Amino acid sequence: MEKLLVLKEVSKSYKDTTILENINLDIFQGEFVTLLGPSGCGKTTILRLIGGFEELSGGQLLLKDKNINDLPAHQRSTNTVFQSYALFPHMSIYENIAFGLKMAKLPKEQIDTAVKEALEMVKLSQHSNKKPHELSGGQQQRVAIARAVVNKPSILLLDESLSALDYKLRKEMQIELKMLQRKLGITFLFVTHDQEEALSMSDRIVVMNEGKIQQIGTPKEIYEEPSNLFVAKFIGEGNYFESQVLETNEDMVTLSYDEKIFHLKTKKEPKSKCTILIRPEDFRAERKLEDVKSKNYFVGELENIIYKGTTIDLLIKLEDGKEVIASEFYNEDSDALEYEIGMKLYLYWVEGWEVLLFHE
Amino acid sequence: MNKLSFFSKISISLVLVWLVLFALIPNFLVIISSFLTKGDTQFLLFEFSLDSYIKLFDYTYLSVFLDSMKLAIITTLIALIISFPFAYIIATAPKKFRFILLLLVIIPFWTSSLVRTYALIAILKTKGLLNALLLFLGIIDQPLEIMYTQTAVFIGMVYTLLPFMILPLYASIEKIDFRLIEAAKDLGASKFQIFKTIIIPLSLPGIIAGSTLVLLPALGMFFIPDILGGAKELIIGSFIRNQFLLFRDWPFGSAASVVLLLIMFLMLALLAKAQKISASKEKQ
Repeated sequence: MEKLLVLKEVSKSYKDTTILENINLDIFQGEFVTLLGPSGCGKTTILRLIGGFEELSGGQLLLKDKNINDLPAHQRSTNTVFQSYALFPHMSIYENIAFGLKMAKLPKEQIDTAVKEALEMVKLSQHSNKKPHELSGGQQQRVAIARAVVNKPSILLLDESLSALDYKLRKEMQIELKMLQRKLGITFLFVTHDQEEALSMSDRIVVMNEGKIQQIGTPKEIYEEPSNLFVAKFIGEGNYFESQVLETNEDMVTLSYDEKIFHLKTKKEPKSKCTILIRPEDFRAERKLEDVKSKNYFVGELENIIYKGTTIDLLIKLEDGKEVIASEFYNEDSDALEYEIGMKLYLYWVEGWEVLLFHE
Repeated sequence: MNKLSFFSKISISLVLVWLVLFALIPNFLVIISSFLTKGDTQFLLFEFSLDSYIKLFDYTYLSVFLDSMKLAIITTLIALIISFPFAYIIATAPKKFRFILLLLVIIPFWTSSLVRTYALIAILKTKGLLNALLLFLGIIDQPLEIMYTQTAVFIGMVYTLLPFMILPLYASIEKIDFRLIEAAKDLGASKFQIFKTIIIPLSLPGIIAGSTLVLLPALGMFFIPDILGGAKELIIGSFIRNQFLLFRDWPFGSAASVVLLLIMFLMLALLAKAQKISASKEKQ
C-alpha cells in the first residue's frame, strides 16, 4: 500500500494554547481511518488542517509526497463532509452536488452524468429538484456526502458527520458509509467521539487525547491491547486493578493486589506499578471454588444483576470493597446463570486475556 | 385572534388616525388639486381639467422625470457598491466591534441632513478641506472643481443615503452561515466564485431592501442637488417645489407629484416582485 497522506511532526497552537503537539500519522490509499477522542482533543483541528481551513504552526503535511502546507483550501484535492452538512440553502440538491464540478469548470454533459450517478448512489434521484430544507436529516447527510464524493477527492474528510442523526439512522448510515467507501475506494478520514462508531467502521483507529496521539491500531488492537490507561478507559468497559510490581523474571511478572499475588506473562517493559485491566466479558463467575480454572481469582458478593438481552451484567463487590462488572452470556436452556443477589461468587479469567498497563 | 385587547385596539386606532390625517388626506388633496385649474387671484379654481397632466407630456418636463430617475438609479448603484464591502466588514467583524461600527454608521442621523449637506460644501469647495488635503499630499497640483458639478451631487446623495443601504445589507449578510463559505472553499470555489455564487444570492433580500430604501428618497430629494449642484439641473423634487412656491401653479405641481408617486409605486412593485422571486428561490 502506498502512503497517501503523511502528517509529519504536525503541531498547532493558538496564541499560548497548544491544540496539537507532534502529530505523526501515515494514511494509506483506500483506508478508512478514524480519529477518536473526547471533545477538545484536537481531532477536528487535524481535519481542518488537512482541509486547509487552518494553518499549521509546525511540521509538514504531505499529500502524495507533495508538501501542501501552503496550498489554499480550494486548490486541495480533499473534500469535507461537515458536521452541520453546510448545504447551500439557495440551491437545489442537484445544484449542490454539481457545485464542485462547476467550480472545476467541467463540461456540462460530464457534470450532468456525474451528478446523476451520485444522486443514484445516495438514492436521492427523485429529490434532485428539492431544496435542502425540504429533506430529512438523513437525506441531507447523504447529499453532503454525495456533494463531496462526486469530486473524486484523494481523501474524504468526515467531521462528526453522523453525530446529528438519531441512533437508528446513525447505525444505518454507518453501514452505508462503510459500504460506500469500499465501493468507491476513496480514502476516508473520519472524526468521531463515539467509540462504538469508530470500532464498527474503521480499518484503523487513531485515539487522541489532549492534542497527542495515544495509540494507532486496528479496532481489535485498540480494544484488546490498549497501550495506556486512557485508551483502555476510553474504549469499552473495564475493571481496573491498581497493583505493585514485586518481581520480574524474563517474561513473567509478579504483582501484588490487596494481599493477592498474581504471576502473569508479559512482553512489555515492566515498571514499578501496573494496572491490570480485565474486560467484563473476560470475567467468569463461578459459585464453587473447585470450578475456578485458574490460580488467579477474586472473591466477592453479588450486588446487582442487570439484564441486557444477550448478556447479563453482574455487579460484584469484592472482599476489599471494590465493585467490578462481569458480563455473562445468557442462555435460556441453562440454569448456570441463575444468580441470587447476595450470593458468594468466584471471579477468574483465562490467563493471558488480561491487559497489563505499566506505569511509574 | 378575533378579540383584540384594549391596548392593541388603542394603538391600532392611533396609528390609523395618524396615517389618515398626515398621509392619506394630504395625498388625497394633492390628487384632487391636480385635476383642478390654476386661478389668478386664488391658488385653485374648482373647475375640473386635465390640462396639468397634458402639460406634463412635454419633452422638457418628461426629461426632468428621466433625469431624476437617472440620478436616483445611479445614486442607488453607487451606494450599493460602496455599502457592500462596508456591510460585509461590519458583519464579519468580531462581535464586540460590530456594535461600535454600526453606531458609527447611525450617528450622522442625529444631525439634520440639511446641516450635513452644508457641511459637505466646506469639504468639497475649491479651497475646502478635501482639496487642501490632496494638495498637501501632493496627489494633485491644481484644486479640483467639485462643487456645483454632478460629482458633488452624487457625493452628497450617496453620503446622505448610505446608511439606508448599509443597515439592511448588514442584516442580510450577518445571517449568512459562514460555514457555507468554508464548504464552498472546500469544493474548489475561488474568492470571486464564492462571492458570486454564495454571498450575493444569500444577501439578495438585503440588496433589494436597501435599494428600495435608497431609490425612493433619492427620487424626491431636491435640496442636495440644489445646494451641491447649484440647481443647474432641474430634478423632479425641485420642480415640484418651484411649482408650489415660485410659480404658484398648484395643479401643475400636484400633477407632477402624482406622477412621481406613480413612478415610486411602479418601482416598489418591481422590487417586491424581485423580492418574491429571490424568496421563492431560497424558500427559507
